[in-house]
Amino acid sequence: MYRIRICKIVFLLVLSLTLGVFLAACGQKAPSEGNLGKNSESGEVILATTTSTQDSGLLDVLIPIFEQKTGYKVKIIPVGTGQALAMGEKGNADVMLVHAPEDEIELVEKGAAINRRLVMHNDFVIVGPAEDPAGIKNAKDAAEAFKLIAEKEALFISRGDNSGTHKKELDIWKKAGIENPSGKWYQSTGQGMGATLDVASEKSGYTLTDRATYLAKKDKLHLVILKEKDGSLINIYHVMQANPDYVKQSNPDAAGMINVEGARAFVEFMVAPETQKIIGEFGKDKFGQPLFIPDAGKSEDNILE
Amino acid sequence: MEAVMDGVKRALILLFTLDKEVYQITLFTLKVTGTATLISVVLSLPLAFLIALKDFPGKRLIISLANLGMGLPPTVVGLWVSLMLWRSGPFGRLRLIYTPKAMIIAQAVIAAPVILALSTAALQQLDKKLRWQIMALGATPIQMLFLMIREARYSLLAAVMAGFGAAVSEVGASMMVGGNIAGYTRVLTTAIVLETGKGNFDEALALSFILLLVSYLGTLWLTLLQQRRHKDVYN
Repeated sequence: MYRIRICKIVFLLVLSLTLGVFLAACGQKAPSEGNLGKNSESGEVILATTTSTQDSGLLDVLIPIFEQKTGYKVKIIPVGTGQALAMGEKGNADVMLVHAPEDEIELVEKGAAINRRLVMHNDFVIVGPAEDPAGIKNAKDAAEAFKLIAEKEALFISRGDNSGTHKKELDIWKKAGIENPSGKWYQSTGQGMGATLDVASEKSGYTLTDRATYLAKKDKLHLVILKEKDGSLINIYHVMQANPDYVKQSNPDAAGMINVEGARAFVEFMVAPETQKIIGEFGKDKFGQPLFIPDAGKSEDNILE
Repeated sequence: MEAVMDGVKRALILLFTLDKEVYQITLFTLKVTGTATLISVVLSLPLAFLIALKDFPGKRLIISLANLGMGLPPTVVGLWVSLMLWRSGPFGRLRLIYTPKAMIIAQAVIAAPVILALSTAALQQLDKKLRWQIMALGATPIQMLFLMIREARYSLLAAVMAGFGAAVSEVGASMMVGGNIAGYTRVLTTAIVLETGKGNFDEALALSFILLLVSYLGTLWLTLLQQRRHKDVYN
């Protein structure tokens, strides 16, 4: 008798509590959803970008200006370029700031990304221990340096995370005639640039890094620049927005949520003369040289010279 | 060692100069994990009672699943919850991804099985004769529940502490569903990862000490609650 009653009571308790939590959650959601729904038409922009723009601190400077100017609220999601592009393609991000031109063009040709604009560049450098065991300092270009590292089987630390830097690294290996670098000397961290530099520094290995991240961390690393200023080491950033018409084909719901206006405003902001000037000044006071060179309006071939 | 000392120094400076950002992140961490733990308790406890008191088909399956859930890797939870909450996911319409609510959901998914499994075990361990005796003394079912909670309170609060600990210390899920957005979804664990990535090790170390302090304070509060002497009702 009692047993049955207790069970009933417990059951009712569970039911009412679950219902209560559910209702509470819904009650909370309903107004905020309304808010957000309105916001995302006018107010919220999801920016998928590379870790380098975040770690260097550039976005900390630019985003508040953009938010103040336009009233949009930006959510910066720092991921590797590979993931950033995938997020845009699926409509999970509104706008992308990335640095893997070939993959970007592929996305544009597919129709997944629109309004792709050149923003800035900096360059990659090959860093390694000061003793330079593979002797890459005298190599004539980046590809030859990589070839020397492979021949000597000197330790090379790769990001291996499908980021823009990783893609650039694979390009250079290809140029060096090595399709799939592998072996004990080639190690892949699967982490961001900062962490990968730490690994390379602790293990006295070579690695390919963007100059900005290297400069920002230089004091704590036992690594020096061994190869730089080579045409193949240029690192170009573009901004582009997700295309709702493309996302619509696979997921109309997600397409409807893309903030097209906010994304366009962000693209325009990034290439605006005032923003470009700030980019050109960024890092000068701290490192004695700018971390990024503004390129809006130029053509890609021009910056290579 | 030098790095550790620098970290301790930096942590003390951050704590005592009332660094605004650090306080904001710390309070936010407590808020997210506290809410997630509370939700897990509200969901798990009644279910634990049901499992402990009643025999029904599938009972062992539920217990085994809860036990499995105790070891659920936070990164896996993060990935699943992201897939659900992304705009392209089934719950995309709710616009929860990269919000504190998404982090609470993920942390609750991590904490709930821990609390469920441990509190079920705690309640099942109570002597059946105790229940008969309480019934024989004419207690109402509600009184019965409270007496059982009181009897198992050490283990029940240990279960809550374990759940809180699992939620406050995880980083993978918070990173994936929260996005580590400054001033919005950044918690202590994700801030530590970020500072480490930037190479600011003393900052990261300082935050790690603050995180330890926070989890200790949370656990201390629960411990005090657990060890509090209660008036003996039978006297």
